Amino acid sequence: MSTDLCKINQKKNTKWQMKWKKIKQDRVLYLILLIPIIYLIVFKYVPMAGNILAFRKFKIGGSMFGERWVGWKYFNLFIKDSYFWQVFKNTFLLSVLNLLFGFPIPIILALLLNEVKNKAGKRVVQTLTYLPKFLSTVVVVSMLQTLLSPSTGAINSILQGLGFDSIYFLNESSWFRPVYIISDIWQFMGWNSILYLTALTSIDPQLYEAAAIDGAGRWKQTLHVTLPGIMPTIVITLILSTGSVLSVGFEKVLLLYTSNTMDVADVISTYTYRMGIVNSQYSYTTAVGLFQGVINLFIITAVNKISKKTTETSLW
Amino acid sequence: MKYSRGYKVFRIFNGIFLALICIVCLYPFLNTLATSLSSNTSVLRGEIGIFPKGINFEAYTRIMKDSEFYIGYKNTVVYTVLGTLLSLTITIATAYPLSRRGLVGKKYIMLFFVFTMYFGGGMIPSFLLVKNLHIMNTIWAVILPGSLSVYNMLIMRTFFASIPESLSEAAKIDGIGDFRLLTKIILPLSKPIIATMTLFYAVGYWNDWFSALIYMSDSKKHPVTLYLRSVVMGLTKQAMSGNITGNDVAEVANKTVQGATVMLVTIPILCIYPFVQKYFVSGVMLGSVKE
Repeated sequence: MSTDLCKINQKKNTKWQMKWKKIKQDRVLYLILLIPIIYLIVFKYVPMAGNILAFRKFKIGGSMFGERWVGWKYFNLFIKDSYFWQVFKNTFLLSVLNLLFGFPIPIILALLLNEVKNKAGKRVVQTLTYLPKFLSTVVVVSMLQTLLSPSTGAINSILQGLGFDSIYFLNESSWFRPVYIISDIWQFMGWNSILYLTALTSIDPQLYEAAAIDGAGRWKQTLHVTLPGIMPTIVITLILSTGSVLSVGFEKVLLLYTSNTMDVADVISTYTYRMGIVNSQYSYTTAVGLFQGVINLFIITAVNKISKKTTETSLW
Repeated sequence: MKYSRGYKVFRIFNGIFLALICIVCLYPFLNTLATSLSSNTSVLRGEIGIFPKGINFEAYTRIMKDSEFYIGYKNTVVYTVLGTLLSLTITIATAYPLSRRGLVGKKYIMLFFVFTMYFGGGMIPSFLLVKNLHIMNTIWAVILPGSLSVYNMLIMRTFFASIPESLSEAAKIDGIGDFRLLTKIILPLSKPIIATMTLFYAVGYWNDWFSALIYMSDSKKHPVTLYLRSVVMGLTKQAMSGNITGNDVAEVANKTVQGATVMLVTIPILCIYPFVQKYFVSGVMLGSVKE
């Protein structure tokens, strides 16, 4: 572009011209971006718009956006349904308990691993604890069935050896949550500890030296140097986990629940799956799904805001 | 540094504790492997710990004869390879432009992508979309809807952005365009992150069963994970019919077969995992770096 022209024009104009020049320069980049953007519109934003089906009647073979407006009809249906609230409670409890027990363990594991000075030993522990994360939910549930079988499983063999009765873990309501949570801890504790381990290595060693000079032992150093050092990571991870409170562990529940454990095991996602995909009540389940999505979004936004104010750590 | 006595004691217990954790992590694998190799009678008596008893390969030969298993395994391989290629392409195509400095409108484009991490269409609208696109019972139904992970894209973008700007500036002076800059300079320098992403995506496709469950009614197109699921569900059904007495032969025969299926499904992951492990830790690390 002719520089003379730029000089004559106002500053604002120049800015836009510069921008335009840059856009033209980067046209290949925009061209490359076009594919993912179209992809995102079709596979993410169209379903997002498809949420309006929650307010519209669906006709078999008709549009995915429904045929005519029905207002809050489907919302009223599930809000008045006591079974829905039972499922809601199950989801919330499973999620909160899972977070309560599952969240601190990777932090503790990272702290303990950090004390290991033997490099090879540390690596072995890391390799073995990360591994379960790479298994399919189907495989995990299969292993649970083998381990927990009342007649042939290893756990019940031990119980019987100690003189207890064998327990049918997978078919008793009272055992559903412990089995779910413990297997989740087993599968993800190693993987989730990686972030904390990384954060630990980035703590300035001088802080430890200073603390040692002040007479702080290893325990005090952990409390006053290590924990504050990884606090931002802890907070970020916590915020992210609260964002999926209502969409907890759908795949595992779907594989694990039986008619006997349903009363505590059925969660919003499995309920949506049965009513929607299996029974084809599309509008009703879209309403349930939208309710779930909006609450998730609300929770993560609120937690993020609180965290921003109190700890000055936030996602956005 | 000198350690106090208490700390030395702690380190001993710490070592023992972590060794126990390792055993706990490994035990289900060994138990499943042992079960798959054991004789029916020992499984029936509940004698299997981590060592097989009455070693035989009957369970494996039984699965190998099952054509459904074969078809499933072949499908899984195809879905995994094509899905991973598609995912890598689309992830790179997003991460690369968004990693370039001074891209006009970058903030808004980023927001457009990141927003989908926090809110979306939910199960039913996504299901209806696939139905309306008429891709049910095709490979596209299992690989397209989840082919871009925005989270993985952000990790990759951080990696690309960490490549020194001077390299691309030098390339620009040599008259190399943006596309060749990507293929000739950026990608060759990004092997660790590409290896990590390949593992993440491949494992995701390999392990997937749910999208096939809802999008594929034709059992000839099912992945092997759905085959395993039918074995799992078979056992659950038996359990629900109240048939849980210890001498249910059908259940036990199933147990060894189930163990063998689990092992065959898991072995490919166990094989590639050690080779990629050194890369993915740094990959996860990049994910924690905030903008």
